[in-house]
Amino acid sequence: MNQAALNPAVDPVIEVTNLVAYYGERRILDEIDLQVERGEIHVVMGGSGSGKSTLLRHLLSLNRPASGEIRLFGEAVNHLSARALHRLRQRIGVSFQGGALFNSLNVEENVAFPLREHTRLDDNTIRIMARMKLEVVNLAGFGQLMPAQLSGGMIKRAALARAIVMDPQLLFFDEPSAGLDPVVSADLDELILRLRDAMGVTIVVVTHELESAFRIADRITVLDKGKILITATTDEVKQCDNPRVQNLLNRRTEEITVDADEYLQRLTDDLNGL
Amino acid sequence: MTSLVRFIEQTGRSSLTALEEIGYHAALFSESLYWLLVGPFLGQPVRLPTIAAEMMKIGVLALPVVALLSFSNGVMMAIQGIATLQEFDAESQVVPGIAYSVTREFGVLIAAIVVAGRSGSAIAARIGSMQMSQEVDALRVMGIEPVRHLVAPILFAMLLMMPVLTLCADTAALIGGGLYTGIVLKLSLSTFIDRCFDTLALYDLMQGLLKSLVFGVLISLIACANGFSVSGGAEGLGRATTRSVVLSIAAIVVADMIFTYFLNR
Repeated sequence: MNQAALNPAVDPVIEVTNLVAYYGERRILDEIDLQVERGEIHVVMGGSGSGKSTLLRHLLSLNRPASGEIRLFGEAVNHLSARALHRLRQRIGVSFQGGALFNSLNVEENVAFPLREHTRLDDNTIRIMARMKLEVVNLAGFGQLMPAQLSGGMIKRAALARAIVMDPQLLFFDEPSAGLDPVVSADLDELILRLRDAMGVTIVVVTHELESAFRIADRITVLDKGKILITATTDEVKQCDNPRVQNLLNRRTEEITVDADEYLQRLTDDLNGL
Repeated sequence: MTSLVRFIEQTGRSSLTALEEIGYHAALFSESLYWLLVGPFLGQPVRLPTIAAEMMKIGVLALPVVALLSFSNGVMMAIQGIATLQEFDAESQVVPGIAYSVTREFGVLIAAIVVAGRSGSAIAARIGSMQMSQEVDALRVMGIEPVRHLVAPILFAMLLMMPVLTLCADTAALIGGGLYTGIVLKLSLSTFIDRCFDTLALYDLMQGLLKSLVFGVLISLIACANGFSVSGGAEGLGRATTRSVVLSIAAIVVADMIFTYFLNR
């Protein structure tokens, strides 16, 4: 457990208050309150459709909330000017689920891309920095490959190298283990832990992989149907007696009671003559 | 009665969607201009190598096909013109006919239709697949505006290359028309060219060039907007690409009609 994470005097890096989000008419996030402390690895866990990806998109300011407030480094992101948001985003790194590497650029150019856009460093310095980050994620020597030539694990590591190239203070991971075999996945978990220790960066991981979540997390937030069931340390989550949390932890499906009339109505409500 | 209500409802909904789309295109256009003009002062310029790469793809690589189509068009106009004018014993008037219609109308139209088909579809597919693989989101979270990085270079390259392609199309069509006329009417190519220059005023050439700028803007915006709107996997990408080409060509022809009306009153 990271000590900074438990210190109440430390300002939270992320503060979410009363966040509500919709897709069309459907309420996806329901009054979410969340705090992520400086230096911790905070895992947001939940099954498919729990709203965790939507929560991540809101934390990244890719979606606007219907109501509620999101503060990153103490700044309310929904009220920031375009310039202030631009500056704020330079303090953040994101590793997307599919990597989101630019297919037209090779791995080294991908990693160097944020440096080229945001700094005035000369070409050689940029290339050296990009190679250093590729070393960190064990991709030394693969810089000249195109993204299409990489394996799933290598794509995730290249995306991670790009995410940390600006030395961010806050790092987001979307499903780091998805689609990877257990060994590669464990390798990536180790990398995440090493990064936090080496860079002191705050990390938010969104995942549905239990094993990975418990291996890396300082605290876990469990989301279900758009609501937070619990935010606590890994031990507290394991001991939580909420049946829905236990269902998720034990990979049990929830029993759904079916009302016969409602079921019939669902099957026939848009058919004519019934 | 119900079907009438449904018809009115659908018409209203379609009109709203169309208005929304026009608004989105206008926003893309103004935002691109903003980044082109103000970006350098904010330390976020539109990158020259990106513009050069787009100019290559949009303009230089389209040159052979534009030249071939325009040349063929010039020959066709000469064949039709001579055949029609022969009925009035006025076949020598084919030269001004070709000169006017090529510079005012067909040169730019062929260049625009080729670019809409070639680059319009490619741009929509490229931005669409970036949208699908979260590359556009990645740009945003890196603090790089997708409009600055993706749309502005395309728009600028289009504004530079469309007039160039139009001039090339005009030249190729005049050469095609001149060669055929030369063979049939025993007129040398240099005499044909001289007579073209005697006929044409700068205004005729400018008509085509002005239209080429408008068509360039239309193609860029329609292709980019369709790329950004991709959803629904490979099928959605295919739909956006097709829609981009069809809408671009429709917009080009309608805009051409409107411009021709106002420029020739």
